[in-house]
This record gives sequence, C-alpha cells and structure tokens, in this order.
Amino acid sequence: MTSNISKDVLMLMLERMWRIRHFELKLTEMYSAGEVGGVHLYIGEEAVAVGACAAMDDNDYIAGNHRSHGHPIAKGANLKKAMAEIFGRIDGYCKGKGGSMHLADFSVGILGESGIVGSSVPVATGAGLASKLEGKNFVSAVFFGDGASNQGACHEAMNLASVWNLPVLFICENNQYAVTTSYKDTVAVEHISDRAQAYNMPGVLVDGQDAIAMYEATAQAVERARNGEGPTLIEALTYRFEDHSLGLEKIRKSEYREDSEIDEWRMRDPLDLLTKSIVDSGTATQAECDAISAAAHAEVEEAADFARNSPFPDESELYKDMFASEMPVV
Amino acid sequence: MTERMFMQALGMGIAEEMRIDPKVFLMGEDVRASVYGAAAGLHDEFGDDRILNTPLSENGFFGAAVGAAAVGMRPVVETLTSFMWVGMDQLVSQAAKMRYMFGGQATLPVVYRAVMYYGGGSAAHHSDRSYPVFMNIGGLKVVTPGTAADAKGLMKTAIRDNDPVIMFEDGTLLPTRGEVPDDPDFTVPFGVANILREGTDVTVVAIAGSVPHAVAAADEMAAEGVSVEVLDPRTLVPLDKDAILNSVGKTGRLVVADPAAKVCSAASEIMSIVGEEAFWDLQAPMQKAASKQVHIPFSPSLEKLVYPTKYSIVESIKKTMG
Repeated sequence: MTSNISKDVLMLMLERMWRIRHFELKLTEMYSAGEVGGVHLYIGEEAVAVGACAAMDDNDYIAGNHRSHGHPIAKGANLKKAMAEIFGRIDGYCKGKGGSMHLADFSVGILGESGIVGSSVPVATGAGLASKLEGKNFVSAVFFGDGASNQGACHEAMNLASVWNLPVLFICENNQYAVTTSYKDTVAVEHISDRAQAYNMPGVLVDGQDAIAMYEATAQAVERARNGEGPTLIEALTYRFEDHSLGLEKIRKSEYREDSEIDEWRMRDPLDLLTKSIVDSGTATQAECDAISAAAHAEVEEAADFARNSPFPDESELYKDMFASEMPVV
Repeated sequence: MTERMFMQALGMGIAEEMRIDPKVFLMGEDVRASVYGAAAGLHDEFGDDRILNTPLSENGFFGAAVGAAAVGMRPVVETLTSFMWVGMDQLVSQAAKMRYMFGGQATLPVVYRAVMYYGGGSAAHHSDRSYPVFMNIGGLKVVTPGTAADAKGLMKTAIRDNDPVIMFEDGTLLPTRGEVPDDPDFTVPFGVANILREGTDVTVVAIAGSVPHAVAAADEMAAEGVSVEVLDPRTLVPLDKDAILNSVGKTGRLVVADPAAKVCSAASEIMSIVGEEAFWDLQAPMQKAASKQVHIPFSPSLEKLVYPTKYSIVESIKKTMG
C-alpha cells in the first residue's frame, strides 16, 4: 500500500487507533472485574473514525452513536474525561450524566453521541446548515451504522442535506449487524452507498479496515463540502470483532455469526494493516509503532486511575444542566 | 400601542428579532408563502437565506434546528402541533435532553412554533392541543400566549432565550385582536403570570384559547355578584406557581380552564400543585374545565361539545360557589 499521506498523519492515526483499542481492552477488563457496565465496543472498526477524523480539522464537527468511544477519541478527546464519564464521575465529559453512550466534547467539535439509533444524523446536518448559512468553512460529519441507515431520520437528513447542498459527510459504519440482524436481511440494496443515488450525492464504498483508504475518501468528501459541492455518503464496510455490547452473549439465545466469519475479519485487524503499511513503506520502524502502542496503553492506565479516583457527582448536580437559564425546581 | 391581530403580533415579534440578530432564521413547511399566516411578509424582507422552506421531513428539520442551534445559530421552526408527533424523537431525544445528557455543554437556542388548530372541523389528525405532553418531558420551555400583546412579547423572549422553547400558538386566538406595544424593546418574561381580572371569590386559571372564555365568564359572574380573578400563567414551563398559590390563598376557590384533554393536562398539574401546597386554603373542591377525553370528532355537532367554553367555565365556577 502506498500513499501520499504525511508521516505525521499516519503516526497520528496509529496513535489514535491504539488509544481506542487500549481504551476498550481496558473497559473489557474492567467489565469482567465489575467496575463498569455493558458498553458497546468499537474494536475492529477503529480505522473508520480515525481515518475520517484525521482528514478533518479541529473546527469541523462530528456526531456519533451509541458505539460511542471511538469517534471522540478519533477526534482528539481526552481519555481521562472519557473514562471518568463511563465511570459516572464528576470529572467526566458530561459530569457523569451521559455515560458510555453519550460522550461529547463541544470544545473539539464533538457534538455528542446519541443512544437513539439514527437520531444524531439530522443534528449533524443542522451543524452543516449553520456552516452554510453563516458562510463558514467548517464541515460536519456523522457516524451511523447499517441499522441506522434504515431509520427515517437518516433518509430525511440526507435528502435535506442534498436539497440544501450542505457541507455534511454521512459516514455509514457498516459493521454488518444491527445487534444480531444482518444488513443483508434489512437493506434493500446491495451496498448502503448505493442509496446515495436517490439523494443525488456521491456514494463511496470504502474498505473500513483500511485507515488510509478512509482518510483518502474522507479528504475528498471534505474538499467537495468545503468547495460548496454538497454532501457525500461514505459507506465503510467493517466488522465489530466483539458482540453488540459486553454481556450480550449471556442474554441472547442463539448465535448469529459464524466463527469462520469472525476469524476471517479478525485477520484484517485495522491496526495490523496500518502498522504494516507504515513499516513496509519505510515511513517508520516496527519499534516506533510499538512505542506508540505502549504510550497509548500507559495513557489508558492513567485514565483508568483518574476515573477511579474522581468523585461521584454530588446531589447538588441533580437538577443542574436541565436548562441554560435559572429555573425553579418543580 | 396599536390594535393588532394575535397572528400579526407573532409575526412582528419574529421580524423584530430577525432585524436585531442575524443568527435568527425561520424554517418550516411553506413559510415563504406564509400558509399559516404569522410569517406574512418575512420572505420579502429577509430573503431566501433566512426564510427556509423545508421538505415535509419533521425529523429532518426539527433535528437540523437542534444542530444549527448547537453551533450558535438561533433557529425558529414553524410547524403544527399535529405534525410534531412525526418529529418527536428529535424534540425529545435531542432538543430536550441534549444539554443535560452532555453535562451542560450544549446550549440550544431554538424555538419551535407549534400552531394549534382546533375547533374548526379539522378532525382528530389536525386538532391537537399537546402542550401537556411537553411539560412532562422536561428540558423544554412551554409557552402558551393568551393575548396579542403576549404573543409578541413572549415570541421575542423565546427567540432571545438560550433554551429550547415550544410556542403553542392557539388557532382560536389567531384572529383575535388586542393592543400590542410597537416598542421593539417590549418583551414578556417567562414564568410571570398575567392577572386579567382581579377578583376575590374564585380564581380561574385559564390557558391559551381558554383565556377569552374565562374573561367572558368572569364578566358574566360579576353581573351575578361573584368576583372572579382570571389568571393566565402564559408559560407552563416555567410556571408561575407563586401567583397561582397567592390567588387561591385570596379566593379559596379554583377553576382551571384548559383546552387540552383533561387527563394529565396542564390543569391536572396546576390542581395537583394547589392540592399539595394550598389544600387548607381551599373552601370548595377544585374544578377542571378542560376538554373532554375524546379524539376530536369532525362533525360540528360533536366537536362543539369537547372544548371548555364560557358556559362550562361558568358552570365550574358555580360548582365551587356551592
């Protein structure tokens, strides 16, 4: 694999992908130890958010979904605040009021993750509308899954963005299963990206395991958006290596994926693929790549300690943040 | 002061705020042609970039308003109460909850203008009086102007407010007239009730389209020697609880006139507050003059039976007088 992407960007992508991976491996460990609840893991899909966010600027916006750790970390979120949020602590991004499914950091353009599938797609579209109405140059991207692609909100937002020619990137992370149901049983077209035709926007099918391919496809869509050429639908074909959520295997009554399929996708681990292309192209050595992983691991350990030591929100927090203005307690 | 229609007053409020603040824009279905009336003249004055016709996609544009507000715009969205159901997820999951869920990071200065048509033979799909639903959700300010002056003043406050606001514009009031201040600095604060008639025997709390009926009922009762105080809360979230409790403290009797269906209505909430906090002030059981708990029938012979009227309010007042 060759590319014209700078070493800085490649190493940044590797760093952020390792941050996500170690962050979630730590969550898995802490789930087993009873420290955190059954969160939704992004393991296997890291290249999608990281490749996309690396092609955006800090002042661009993103919104995401219930599988919510990958997007903020990809956009540059602080691991300590993210971890503390998952612990429900006051130092978390949302002071413990959002939890794992609702990480948000408005200061770096993360408009938040939505627990209702498809619900953040119109919201991200609105950020794009603001950019256009104010003559600004920022773009807005939304990450949603194959399941969300069937929601009316998603279709409505794509039509709206196209009709108004908005700088919006619709990034469908097709991990192929909505909980346990294959997209092949629920999506009427072969590829979700085919649906772009109906909204008169480009639809691009990308290998979601390949961070470089994601970066390049996103960079093109960003350029179109900034040039006033409107939205793009990117379908990143990917796979979640783990179950829908931690603990689901104890609840569900049957299998829905063949072991051979899982093994096959695990052979295409996005971290291995990016590391290999960095090393093979002579951009950096294996030792440099390993050092990035080790540093991310240390950062995650530090974040876990920070979260454990952060206090729970005080009772005085209960009514705060319902409204921006002072309101009587009812 | 100029006498104006309620509907014109709403439009004046929007236009004045759009002149002051370039971040304010209006979007909705058929707003450029102002099919529902209150946006008349706005497209001529403000043009395509600030008056946006939307597709029939309530989830799409209700949510887009949230996103635009989250990054600093001040959208005003026109819709009908009956179409709000179509976009409920965006109103509830996003507009209402986003600020709290994200620990106060999101500030959402968005106004949803919900025109509330009923009473004109529009049948069940186009006659919703749904504000109690939104009182229950939390995170949304719920505004129900009862006079033309309040229509303008509350609209201006809503647009300047930094929280999501739903303005319920009562269709039965749109053609009514009243004195409206021309002063562009005139606003009406949220959470402050308006006493339309002072009285000493019975308090009638009247909401939205019930306000003129309550005033007419008070006038009729005055002729019979009963002194009725008419109080319009004007905003249901926040609710001017103190004004209601003070009035009941004075009169000892309460009627709540509410065009919403009676079960879990605004009236239910107000009566529950008075029951909890002012029970010993009451000299008689409280009365609810709300709409009947039925879907709105098309036939005028049936529809006229549903809503509170001057007569049903008078009847309720008489019940409290024993």
